[in-house]
Amino acid sequence: MLKDITLKDKRAGLAIATALTLTLSGCATALGNGGVSGSTATTEASSGKGSDAARSAADPYPSTYRPLASRPTLIRNAVVLDGAGNRINDGSVLLQDGKISAIGKDIKAPADAVIIDAAGKWVTPGIIDVHSHLGVYPSPGVRAHSDGNEATAPVTANVWAEHSVWPQDPGFVRALAGGITALQALPGSANLFGGRGVTLKNVPARTVQGMKFPDALYGLKMACGENPKRVYGSKGRSPATRMGNFAGYRESWIKATDYKVKWDEYEAKVARGDKAKAPTRDLEMDTLKGVLDGDIIVHMHCYRADEMAQVIDMSKEFGYQVGTFHHAVEAYKVADLLAENGTCAAMWADWWGFKMEAYDGIRENIPFVHQAGACAIVHSDSEVGIQRLNQEAAKAMADANKAGLKISKEIAWTWLSLNPARSLGIDNQTGSLEPGKNADVVLWTDDPFSSYAKAEKVYVDGALVWDLNDRTVQPVMDFELGQPGAGDAK
Amino acid sequence: MKALATSLATSLMAGLSLFAGQADAQSIAITGGTIHSMGPAGLIEDGTLLMKDGVIEAVGDSALAVPDGYRVIKAEGRPVTPGIFAAFTQIGLVEVGAVEDTRDGSVRGDVPFHAAFDVSYAINPASSLVPVTRIEGITRAAVTASGGDHVLAGQGALIHLGEGMDLVTRPRAFMTAYLGADGGDEAGNSRAGAVIWLVNALKDANRYAKAPNPSEWAGVVSALDAEALAPVVRGDQKLLIHASRASDLLQVIRLKKEMPKLDLAIVGAAEGWMLADELAAAKIPVIMQPFDNLPSDFSHLAATQKNAARLSQAGVLVAIGDTGADSHNARLVLQYAGNAVANGMDWAYALASITINPARLYGVEKELGSLEPGKRADVVIWDGDPLEVMSSPDAVFIDGDEIELVSRQTRLRDRYMNLGGDQPFAYRD
Repeated sequence: MLKDITLKDKRAGLAIATALTLTLSGCATALGNGGVSGSTATTEASSGKGSDAARSAADPYPSTYRPLASRPTLIRNAVVLDGAGNRINDGSVLLQDGKISAIGKDIKAPADAVIIDAAGKWVTPGIIDVHSHLGVYPSPGVRAHSDGNEATAPVTANVWAEHSVWPQDPGFVRALAGGITALQALPGSANLFGGRGVTLKNVPARTVQGMKFPDALYGLKMACGENPKRVYGSKGRSPATRMGNFAGYRESWIKATDYKVKWDEYEAKVARGDKAKAPTRDLEMDTLKGVLDGDIIVHMHCYRADEMAQVIDMSKEFGYQVGTFHHAVEAYKVADLLAENGTCAAMWADWWGFKMEAYDGIRENIPFVHQAGACAIVHSDSEVGIQRLNQEAAKAMADANKAGLKISKEIAWTWLSLNPARSLGIDNQTGSLEPGKNADVVLWTDDPFSSYAKAEKVYVDGALVWDLNDRTVQPVMDFELGQPGAGDAK
Repeated sequence: MKALATSLATSLMAGLSLFAGQADAQSIAITGGTIHSMGPAGLIEDGTLLMKDGVIEAVGDSALAVPDGYRVIKAEGRPVTPGIFAAFTQIGLVEVGAVEDTRDGSVRGDVPFHAAFDVSYAINPASSLVPVTRIEGITRAAVTASGGDHVLAGQGALIHLGEGMDLVTRPRAFMTAYLGADGGDEAGNSRAGAVIWLVNALKDANRYAKAPNPSEWAGVVSALDAEALAPVVRGDQKLLIHASRASDLLQVIRLKKEMPKLDLAIVGAAEGWMLADELAAAKIPVIMQPFDNLPSDFSHLAATQKNAARLSQAGVLVAIGDTGADSHNARLVLQYAGNAVANGMDWAYALASITINPARLYGVEKELGSLEPGKRADVVIWDGDPLEVMSSPDAVFIDGDEIELVSRQTRLRDRYMNLGGDQPFAYRD
């Protein structure tokens, strides 16, 4: 069920019924106004290394992720899709020291390598989901776990999704069984500025820091359209309309521009060796300034074509780039505009109709965006959908080809790995099977464009983290331990 | 009587067609197909299927002769199946999920009827969901009332997804009830309260039937509801009970023992595999969603994608559907069934779970669900294995009429397929 629309209705689970209570569950988070955390970290700027200090202040919860132990592994005789648009039949991939060390036809295995004969099987890069609420809306979806929408004010750029992520969410393991090796956990869409998203490696850890993708940029979740105006309009406050939404964004960007000027001036003085007093830090503004500085990537929930066009103009007004439109149900109507502006669209294959702004969904949206030369991405926004994004790509590709396009499986896989990696700014590290990149790899039992294929082995940084046929390589989260069905095949 | 009328009409039409001496759109032969009949004819390679006047006339191998005057469609080895039956939807009751004016699947507020609520009066044949769904091979659907805050949601209908102003083929085909964590407002929002309330509502129905006097009625349900429940307690109307936790399923099994006349089915049954043998012994069929594998709440702790295979292998009649009654994507039942296969269900059983099994569950297997002479001519020719996500229909017939594979979505697709040109899109087809 889509996070965007559900308020987990445990009675009926009727999509229709839930759609009306709508939204709150799906997209939005935050820490209340002027959240206290972090406010002590800052006066160091006067020490003369303002920029560094600001940067370290920008990473106060650093990744502690370390790859699990791995052995050199050669997978051979597989159909290999490299995620960058190429296919090798009877191909081999060598994983060594956590990296892809070779890909091709005849690759020699090091003496100590595990050799997997993958005849009849397929190998791809791990799937990357740019839109997940795993951890922030974990299972079980009880009220006590509803940590994805700080729906107390329309602008909550001060909150960070990682402070809500519950690393024990069983959904992470289900996603792993579906070949997901990295994902972005996002705040929901109740707010104009929902807060920061965080990019995670899909590996079990006790802390979210243990999952954080090292050096990945932060994302900023923003939202267009119905959700913010409904959530706040129903409380009798702005925004209550789409024009109110835009006024809200623009007022914040104006403030952020001022904030940035103050910090830039301060840092220039410090650089010149002049005496200077650091401006007062503001968590909300820190994040928006990060966008204006190009250090934080904008991920904007936006369904309608006309709204996407308005948002692109707004980004030019304030000098930032919209990284990716999420959901983008009408992206096919402005795919050329997305291509021109270098903005990705992250989409479902066939979800539509649950609200007005999703009424014009078509099954060829993803491939049409691709065909126009824009960066097309398959996303989930769902703890169910994330388990089989490969099938979503398959549906979209097949529908487009039946309508006359000619899109191959090797091209369609770019929607699942390299394009989402671009969207998250981690494409220099993962997203395709290129020598030197992280060995984030899935071995599929069969053609992953089939309903019948399953991820047989999943590797993150070369380490085997999921094995369909070995229960000892199937993580069980604490919540499920000792419960009915613990350790069962899920 | 109805069958007689149909066959009379059939022979009349045939006579006219012969007289006219030209191909009758109502007389169609599909030849060379891989026919998955889901009936006694089994699987037929290079099979021939004849349909005439809305019903299936014959199914056989290549030796079956095609009479003169039939339009011949060469399937060339492609799969031919019965139309797909979406077992739990609200098609026709909802147009846009979040737009309240377009939702008619439940009653809200203080009304004196819940069991008596009857969705058939609200089903909209002009809904855009009808073409969107049928072009994916779904030809029939069960349309349920949704719960609101009550144990009894109301009475659902069976519909066809063909042309015409009346989609309802069987109004009041079933009653839907909800057990589980929330109970219902009237049952004190308690799981136990919901069971107590449901049992007493059914007892009310029996009591009311003996003395049907609304003005002197006192019971847990209103007189209207007590009257509406009469067919349920007689076993003439299917009672679907939405329940997931194993303990709730056990209550349903007990209910069946205490009131053996009830014609029960379970919707959900996420933890059903834990009671598979008991459900099979009690002959209680289930409508279930094979994707259901998360501990989404404390009623789904043991949910697993193996549930579908385990239940079917234990002998439970399994129909696959969306237990949340998704309507916009009711078309995804084929993907659900394919994934059930990926998780251990037999392929033919998975196809049965979206064709003949829902027909059996709703008691319409004499008319629907398989390719057998005399049954409604709901037929789909596929471009590949129908349970594969990459496959889709090449042709869909409902009551023998070929459906144009066009929907509002394909119109939007075609309008925006080429973004070039100066003509505003609103002038384009």
